[in-house]
Amino acid sequence: MAVVRLEYRNVTMRFADAKGGGALTAVRGVSFSVRDAEVVSLIGPTGCGKSTLLNIGSGLVAPSEGAAFVDGQRVAGPNAQVAFMLQKDLLLPWRTVAENVMFGVEIQGLPPKERKRRAATLLANFKLAEFSAHYPHQLSGGMRQRVALARTLAVDPHVLLLDEPFSAVDAQTRMILQHDLAQTLKQANKTALLITHDLAEAVTLSNRVLVMSRRPGTIIDEIAIELPQRDNPMARRRDARFGDYVAQLMDRLDIAHVALEADVAPEREAEPAR
Amino acid sequence: MTNGTQTARVRRGAVASVALLVVFLAAWQWGPGLLGIPSFIVPPLSSVAAEFVRAWQVYHLPLHTGVTVAEVLAGFILGSLLGALVGYLLGMSPTAELALSPYILALQIAPKVAFAPLFILWMGFTVYPKILVAILIVFFPVMVNVLTAVRNVDPDLINLARAFKASRAQIFWRIEFPSSMPPMFAGLRIGSTLAVVGVVVGELVGGNLGLGYLLTFGEGQANTPMVFVSIVMLTLVGGIAYVAVIVVERRVLHYLPARGVAGSL
Repeated sequence: MAVVRLEYRNVTMRFADAKGGGALTAVRGVSFSVRDAEVVSLIGPTGCGKSTLLNIGSGLVAPSEGAAFVDGQRVAGPNAQVAFMLQKDLLLPWRTVAENVMFGVEIQGLPPKERKRRAATLLANFKLAEFSAHYPHQLSGGMRQRVALARTLAVDPHVLLLDEPFSAVDAQTRMILQHDLAQTLKQANKTALLITHDLAEAVTLSNRVLVMSRRPGTIIDEIAIELPQRDNPMARRRDARFGDYVAQLMDRLDIAHVALEADVAPEREAEPAR
Repeated sequence: MTNGTQTARVRRGAVASVALLVVFLAAWQWGPGLLGIPSFIVPPLSSVAAEFVRAWQVYHLPLHTGVTVAEVLAGFILGSLLGALVGYLLGMSPTAELALSPYILALQIAPKVAFAPLFILWMGFTVYPKILVAILIVFFPVMVNVLTAVRNVDPDLINLARAFKASRAQIFWRIEFPSSMPPMFAGLRIGSTLAVVGVVVGELVGGNLGLGYLLTFGEGQANTPMVFVSIVMLTLVGGIAYVAVIVVERRVLHYLPARGVAGSL
């Protein structure tokens, strides 16, 4: 019944090998869809092509085969329905907090009055109103990441693509940010695809979790998180079934094996610089 | 570190700095006499001061200084603009950079001041060859810094703008241009002092105006105090140019976290 907001149909992505020889397949035959107002997490070992999928969804790169669809429209390039947020906050140091929030809507040509209204509303929601005129270097990491989220929401996208958005902040701040994100997604009825390494984050924030294999990345499992209160990660963490879900994901990822490998494998080798 | 100890440290540093200046001036005044150095080798401070007054009244020191300042200004402004322009163009076109890099490198290695006699051959004993040397010498640090800055802009920032459907011009004016400001000012600081070097060499080689000319004039007359006066004035011109760049830089880069005293000079 719910509309499909984001869909990947048989997406394969190959990159030229670093040595210039053969092609390296980052993801192979990935198909899945995210329904309206649903939050889906994508987990998988380092280098499995998660970020590649995000780039394809945001229209920054075109897949080798297959296609991504947003609201039934084939993604042929960047479009206003999708906005992404990364681990890096990507705030512009020469802009104030409010100006950073307005960055997207400014490029999209919204009238200044409307831009200011949106920035003010979002900053108030994120309890950052008093920092509107501050510069990014004056904020803490958690606040900066909230400003980045506000900038992402300011363009009012249908779909949010989140690439490990909170992996650079400390554990306590991360829990607060997760709570803010969960509340915001629920209240605004946004659809989101969340890439994460944090299994607890995947379980607390999503309706479903997709598990990817090692390179070439394919989706090997899909786990529906049947916990209540998707808007309250703290409550979900306390739920008795929370641990079972995390354990289940750990098994599916074969964590022990990957952990050994991670010591020697260079980080994100297969994922192109974005 | 608390703000209080920081302020105290700055004050101690300033006091020591002034004390050092007094010691230096005193050594200049009485040192040569005590060491038996003749005044045509190192004239004492007082005779340099007297020569300054004489040069001001008799040898048109204000005029020579004014000419040098004008040449430095023209060379610095034109050289910076040209350097920034080429830096942005090459920064945005990797192909052009690849094609031009060997020639740019060759020009960068060539000692720019060696072009001074050539420019004087071309343009005569006017202000133009001096300005041209300054342009050439200022060009490189500015261009290289701007080029590197444009090349080093975080690709994720560009992608962020692209994801919002930014045009090429929007990406330049909203991301690349402001990102290049801090390195560009580092280049301008270097350029501001190099501009003086370029102009002086031009004036030394030929012409009858400017502090560089006054320098050779004093040398020709074995007037050591006049040579010292010229050097002091040139240092002053370079210092003012440098401070002017820093004042503008502080305005433009006001959003950066405050740096220590050492970082600002």
